[in-house]
Amino acid sequence: MNIQEYISSGILELYVCGALTDQENKEVSATLREHEEVRSEVEEIETALQNLAMATAPYNPESLLANIKSKLSKKDTQVIPLQSNKKERILMYISLAASLALLIGLFSLLSKNSQLRDELNKRNAQQVVLSSESESAKSKLTQTQSDLSETQNILNVFRDRSTVKVPLAGQKISPDSYVNVFWNKSGNKVYIDAQGLPEPPEGKVYQVWSLKMNPLAPTSIGLLNDFNEDKNKIFELENPNSSEAFGITLEPAGGSETPTMAQLYTLGAVSG
Amino acid sequence: MQPDDLILRLKKKDEKAFERLYELYSESIFGVINSVVHDEGAAEEILQDVFIKVWDNAESYSDKKGRFFTWLLNIARNAAIDKTRSKAYKNKKKNLNHEYFVDILEHKSSFSSKMDAIGIQKYIDILEPICKKVIDLLFFKGFTQKEASEELNMPLGTIKTRNRICINKLREILAE
Repeated sequence: MNIQEYISSGILELYVCGALTDQENKEVSATLREHEEVRSEVEEIETALQNLAMATAPYNPESLLANIKSKLSKKDTQVIPLQSNKKERILMYISLAASLALLIGLFSLLSKNSQLRDELNKRNAQQVVLSSESESAKSKLTQTQSDLSETQNILNVFRDRSTVKVPLAGQKISPDSYVNVFWNKSGNKVYIDAQGLPEPPEGKVYQVWSLKMNPLAPTSIGLLNDFNEDKNKIFELENPNSSEAFGITLEPAGGSETPTMAQLYTLGAVSG
Repeated sequence: MQPDDLILRLKKKDEKAFERLYELYSESIFGVINSVVHDEGAAEEILQDVFIKVWDNAESYSDKKGRFFTWLLNIARNAAIDKTRSKAYKNKKKNLNHEYFVDILEHKSSFSSKMDAIGIQKYIDILEPICKKVIDLLFFKGFTQKEASEELNMPLGTIKTRNRICINKLREILAE
């Protein structure tokens, strides 16, 4: 399929409007999952139509929310109280130092990567003679290049103007822990630098929460899976929430619906 | 980006996720309903019903069938069109002859946080009459491609390309 032609045919606009048949909807949905450029096109169309529709709303209906919520048939929900901790200043310096160390680490990784690449290039030159050896070198080269581009991606995020850094301070259960959250608001992503967390025990996993204050409301944004295997200890998670703080708790494998506050390892508020 | 995580949690009856999704989508859905019924009070009632339905029927949404926004849109348009067919509504609106979402834009006196008067004037200026009609039918009224083609007496393929041209104009406004 020619994707450009597909996009310009107008089928995606009909898809967002809901004007296609069920069968066509299924086909477009499948194409959407396969092609990033189709997905982003659909998102732009959707945003344009949403904005137009917003313009025809008499006012922002947020005031109706409480009314609607009172009518929802629901399970019990609970709000968990949270103690606030004010050792933040010292911990801010510690986390600042930690993030500097991280940057230095990233640069050394970059230079190591380029060394490795040189070395692999050399090996490639010997390929004619030692074809079997060069095959394995080639695959290492690909691996190294993908490591390198991953590292560069992370570096780009750190440099991005819309990335805010949120230091999370160690809590009662683990006062020495620290974590830095890099929240890229424009990309709705957070990068958790979890080097300052102890390795989780067998059968446990760290879970990251986006928090709203007043009233306090935690929203899970994901798990730090395969923590011990991850060399960088930098985890990328989606965060579409308007977070006011982030917290990390230790939970049973698979994560929990609500945070176990006794196992709160780190916590920090988004400044400004 | 479609908030998949929130949608997943909505299906598990997570009230916070519901709240967040309401914040994301309620204003545009409110606009769609208002464009169909042209009655603020009725639109408010329908909006509430729609989101209660969303809560109760979240299970039935699947991204294999379409966008979450489109799913909301279908629920909202159906509820709003049902309302316009009710007898009480017909009596009340007998003397009014509003047809397009454009009428609302033109007569709007208050503006929400996201949209100012200048922004709205741009929509009115940039859309040609045929665009106003096509978008009204396909997006606000929920006509299928075929129904719109019959209503406007235009070939199916023309509806498709015309709709794209019109929505591209909307995108231009946003890109400015």
